Amino acid sequence: MTEAPLIEVEDLRIDLDDGAKRVAAAEGVSFRISRGETFGLVGESGCGKSITALALIGLLRPPLSIGSGVIRFEGKEIQHLSAAKQRDLRGNSIAMIFQEPMTALNPVSPVGRQIAEMFVLHKGKSWREANKLAIEALADVRVPAPERRVNDYPHQLSGGMRQRVMIAIALACGPDLLIADEPTTALDVTVQAEIIELMRNLCAERGTAILMISHDLGLVANVCRRVAVMYAGRIVEERGSADIFRNPSHPYTQGLVDSLPRLGSRAALGRNRLKEIAGVVPAITSFPDGCRFNPRCAQATEICRTTAPKTDMLEAGGLVRCHHHA
Amino acid sequence: MPMLSFLIRRLLQTIPTVLAVVLLVFVLFSVVPGSIVSSMSDDADPQVELRMKQQLGLDDPVHVRFGKYIAKLATGDFGTSFRTREPVTTMIAKRAWPTLQLIFTSMAFAVLLGVPLGFVAALRPGGFVDSAAMFVAVSGLSIAKFWLGLVLMYLFALKLGWLPSFGYGDGSLKYLLLPAVTLGVSPMALLARTTRAAVLEIMTADFVRTARSKGMSEIRVVKWHVMRNALVIILTTMGLQFGALMGQAVVVEKLFSWPGIGSLLVDSVLQRDVPAVQGSILVVVLAFLAINLLIDVLYGVIDPRIRYA
Repeated sequence: MTEAPLIEVEDLRIDLDDGAKRVAAAEGVSFRISRGETFGLVGESGCGKSITALALIGLLRPPLSIGSGVIRFEGKEIQHLSAAKQRDLRGNSIAMIFQEPMTALNPVSPVGRQIAEMFVLHKGKSWREANKLAIEALADVRVPAPERRVNDYPHQLSGGMRQRVMIAIALACGPDLLIADEPTTALDVTVQAEIIELMRNLCAERGTAILMISHDLGLVANVCRRVAVMYAGRIVEERGSADIFRNPSHPYTQGLVDSLPRLGSRAALGRNRLKEIAGVVPAITSFPDGCRFNPRCAQATEICRTTAPKTDMLEAGGLVRCHHHA
Repeated sequence: MPMLSFLIRRLLQTIPTVLAVVLLVFVLFSVVPGSIVSSMSDDADPQVELRMKQQLGLDDPVHVRFGKYIAKLATGDFGTSFRTREPVTTMIAKRAWPTLQLIFTSMAFAVLLGVPLGFVAALRPGGFVDSAAMFVAVSGLSIAKFWLGLVLMYLFALKLGWLPSFGYGDGSLKYLLLPAVTLGVSPMALLARTTRAAVLEIMTADFVRTARSKGMSEIRVVKWHVMRNALVIILTTMGLQFGALMGQAVVVEKLFSWPGIGSLLVDSVLQRDVPAVQGSILVVVLAFLAINLLIDVLYGVIDPRIRYA
């Protein structure tokens, strides 16, 4: 990696305090994203990807908290910044889009006002100026008739339009990093493609890096240059997105790739039954010893049940955490 | 104009309610023993009693009296008091202002104290302020009004001599304060509790997380995003409490010799002054319906998702 990373996560551990004891909801999480890069974080529900994102933007709430590790933004550690300094960063330099556009917007506030808040908060604009900028921001996310739409309430907009408003809010102050947590999961498939395209184009134009979080490996690989796969609170594989499809190294990634519906050869041969990964992600409080994937892994041996695997560099580039990787 | 048709429909809906209330009071008073005549004297001459009953129209059967009353009511005539021979409308008009003063001052006290208390408590749940506020709230809900009134009287009028102990005086705040606080304590407590619960719930909403992700301080989050959402619930509580206040005003007015509709009602009931009782209850019911209609209209102003159809 030639240029200094925009954001760097090192050995991050996120604690879950259930009153009696602290357990690690995520641990040993390390990755870096360069300026303008697109990076994906993939995994099943409950694997720790969303809380990792919340940790980056400083929005972990009790019972969750950062246990240890370092988060560097533009070379500076940000995990212990004062609340006020974190707020300056939040929204201004690091912005976030959430999954559910219906509930993520305030139902009793016009969407224009919810965008305008960003300019008032971070750019010191008056409400009048901020409202004008909000109209421009709506036009940027291709909302038709923006001067009329600014006065609409969220319930008057479709799901796709609401997510466009969310994007307008997130990109309002020209952040360096956009965290998109399952941005299209709640939307219709046809709208999904539009929203992803819009988000990708706007970020490319402005040089905004994207951290995209999804359970959909296909979608993430499509948008992102590099992908990290998370399982039970750990990153198990990190690769270029083309490589991860061609020859996934970790059995879990293998499973994810096999479970994707694909048109083409397999379908043509009539072998279009989708494979699934047997079992479910273990609960945070009962992660298995050794490799956390071992109970669901076909290749698991004795060592997998006793010893957690180290992260290995792959010759072809990338990282994997498995005793038996190819 | 969906709003106008909504208002008209709601106003028409009040008619059956009013009729039902009038009928209920009528039936109750024909069932309970005693009459204006027996309440005036224990051993009245039967002939005098008969003549009085004839004069007041009390010897008619209930349904006839009810029919006559409704017919007069339709023209805005509430009848004449058995006791004072005054038109009931005049009696109520004289008493309405003190009651309005009392109820609105109590509500203002309840809102101005209860709502901020609920907000402050919700911002640090489990903290000292929260525990203290909820202690006040639970106490406020459990205290009997007449007892609280007596304690306040004893303390502020008798011991400290800061405020007059009872009466209307010139109707100034000095006279209003003790009865209004006595009446306002339980709605204040309830508002504190509901506000706290509402704010706590709203603070977990997704849009609050969005607001935080924008980089605003908790104070701003509350001011810009939580407050308005909490208002719907606060307003609902207020509407219900207005009804309760009008009921409890009877006790407080009597206790503080406050010349309002509540004490008029008590005196009229004791003396079986049926037209005055009818009129007072009717006015209270109408006021309650009007306040709730106003609150329904305010819902739409606060929450754009509420439509009048």
